[in-house]
Amino acid sequence: MKKKTVIPIGPYHPLLEEPEFFILYVDGETVVDMDVRIGYNHRAIEKIVESKTWDQDTFVVERICGICSTSHPFAYVQAVEDVAGIEAPPRAQYIRTIIAELERIHSHLLWVGLAGHFIGYNTVFMWAWKCRETILDISEKLTGNRNHYAMFKPGGVRRDFNDEQIEYALKRIEEVWKPNELITNAILDDPVMHARLKGVGVLSTEDAIAYSVVGPTARGSNLDWDVRRDHPYGAYDKVKWDVCVQPDGDVFSKAVVRLLENFESVKIIRQCLENLPDGPIDAELSEVPPGEGIGVHEAPRGEVFHYVRSDGSNMPYRHKVRAPTFMNLPSFKASCIGEEIADVALITASIDPCYCCTERVGVVDKSGNRSTLKEADLIKLSQEKTELIRKKLGK
Amino acid sequence: MIDGIKEQKDPNFYIDDIKERFGEKILDTAHPRHSRIYILVDKKDAPEIVKYIFYEYAGRHSISSGVDTPDGVEILYHMALDNQRDIFINVKTLVPREDFRIESIGKDIPAFEWIEREIHELFGVEFVGHPDIRHLLLADDWPEGKYPLRKDFRKDF
Repeated sequence: MKKKTVIPIGPYHPLLEEPEFFILYVDGETVVDMDVRIGYNHRAIEKIVESKTWDQDTFVVERICGICSTSHPFAYVQAVEDVAGIEAPPRAQYIRTIIAELERIHSHLLWVGLAGHFIGYNTVFMWAWKCRETILDISEKLTGNRNHYAMFKPGGVRRDFNDEQIEYALKRIEEVWKPNELITNAILDDPVMHARLKGVGVLSTEDAIAYSVVGPTARGSNLDWDVRRDHPYGAYDKVKWDVCVQPDGDVFSKAVVRLLENFESVKIIRQCLENLPDGPIDAELSEVPPGEGIGVHEAPRGEVFHYVRSDGSNMPYRHKVRAPTFMNLPSFKASCIGEEIADVALITASIDPCYCCTERVGVVDKSGNRSTLKEADLIKLSQEKTELIRKKLGK
Repeated sequence: MIDGIKEQKDPNFYIDDIKERFGEKILDTAHPRHSRIYILVDKKDAPEIVKYIFYEYAGRHSISSGVDTPDGVEILYHMALDNQRDIFINVKTLVPREDFRIESIGKDIPAFEWIEREIHELFGVEFVGHPDIRHLLLADDWPEGKYPLRKDFRKDF
C-alpha cells in the first residue's frame, strides 16, 4: 500500500479575518482527500444581535467582514424592511447600490492582486492594488471612510451625497477603467497564465449545483445566477449592465468573471451617479412589527443571506446570517481532489474565501517524521511551478 | 434594462403545484410579499418537499435557519429559485422538544451538510442519517448538552 501523507494547513494567518484549517491527504504530489475545519473565529454574532436593537444591529453586522463590510448591512436592512413592509426611497436605493459596487471593485482587485502574488506575478499585485487605491479614495470622499462606511440603516441611508462629491466620484471612477483593462488583458492574453490557471481546480456545473455555491464561484461554473438580477433590489433593475458567466469552472474562469465584473460595476456606478434621483434618503422606520423577513445581497464573493424574525420588540428574536463562503467552502471537496499540492493554495484562493490560510504547514508522514513549512514555502512551491511553465513556453 | 432577465411566475403557481402534489402534507402556506413563499409542513415530510423543490424547480439551497421557540426548534429551509425571477420558497417545520430529531437532507445533497452540523451543535437538533455530524463552529471540547442559540442558554454555565 502506498504511503498516504497528511498535510495540515492553517488555521491562523495574520492577514485573515476568516481562519480555516485544511487537512490534505496526499499521495505523492496528488491530493486524494481533504477536510476543512472552520470556527476559529466564531464570534457568536447571531447571539449578540439578539440583545441589540434593530438600529445597533446594522453596525454589528457591518463588522462581520472587513473587506465586504457593506454586504451584510445591505442584506440586513432589506430583511428588516421586508418584515416592516416598507421600501427605502429611490435616492437611498441608488446610494446603496453605488456603495455596494465600489466595494465589489475594491474586493475583486484585492483578490486579483493576491492571486497574482500567489502564482509569482508580483507586478499584477502592484498594479491591482494601485488601481484599488482610487476606489478607496472615492469611498472616502463619498462616505468619509475607506472601509466600514456606516451608511446603511433600516429604511434608508444615513448620509446624503452632495454635488461636489458626485462630481468627484464621476471623475475618479473613469480612472479605474484603463488600469483594469490593462490588468484584464495582461491576464487574458498571457500564455503562462493560461497554462497555469486553465483546467486547474475544476468545479463542474453539477457539483456547483449540488453544493449550491454562489457568486463568482457559481458563475465561473456556467451557472447564470446573480442575485442582483434574479432577486432585484436597490437600483440594479434600473441601470444597464450584464451578468458575467464563464463555462469552464476552473480557476481561470473564476478570475475572468471577477475581472469582467469590475467593468460592469464601473458601468453601474457611473449610471447611478448620473441618474441619482432627488428626494428623501430615509423612509423613517419607527417600529418593526412581529413577522419574518429575508434580505439578500450579491456580495463580491456571492449571495449574502439574512433572515430576521421579530416579536414586535425593539430587538430581533432571531437573526440568521449566512456569508457566501459558508456555501463556497465545502465545494473544495469537489474541486481540490486529484489536484497537485502546488495548486491547492491557488484553488482555495479562487473562491476568495476571505483568504486561504497558509501560515504554517506541517508535513506528517506515517513514520512520524514531521517537518514544518512556513506560508512562504507554499507560495514558493506555487511560484516555482509558474516559473517552470514559463521556461517550457520559452517566455 | 438588463439582458437575460428571467421569466417571472406568479407565486401561486408554486403554491398550487406543491399543494396538488403533496395534498394534506402541506399544513399552511403564505406569501406576505410577492417573492417570499412560506410553506408549513410536518417534520417527517419536510425533507421530501425540500428535495422536490431542489430537484424539480432547480432550487438553490440558500441556507437553513433554526429558530428556538417555546414549542421546539423551528427549521426553515430557504430555497432560492434562481432560474426564475424573484422567488424564494421557505419550507418551515417544527422539531418539537419531545423529539429533537429530523431526517437529514445532507446525506443526499452536500449543500445541506454544513448547516445541519451547525444547527445540530447550536440548537441540539439531531439529524438522522447525517454522514459527518462533528462540531463545525464550536470547539471540540464544548460541553455536551449546552446549545448556545437556544433561548434558555445561560452564558455563566
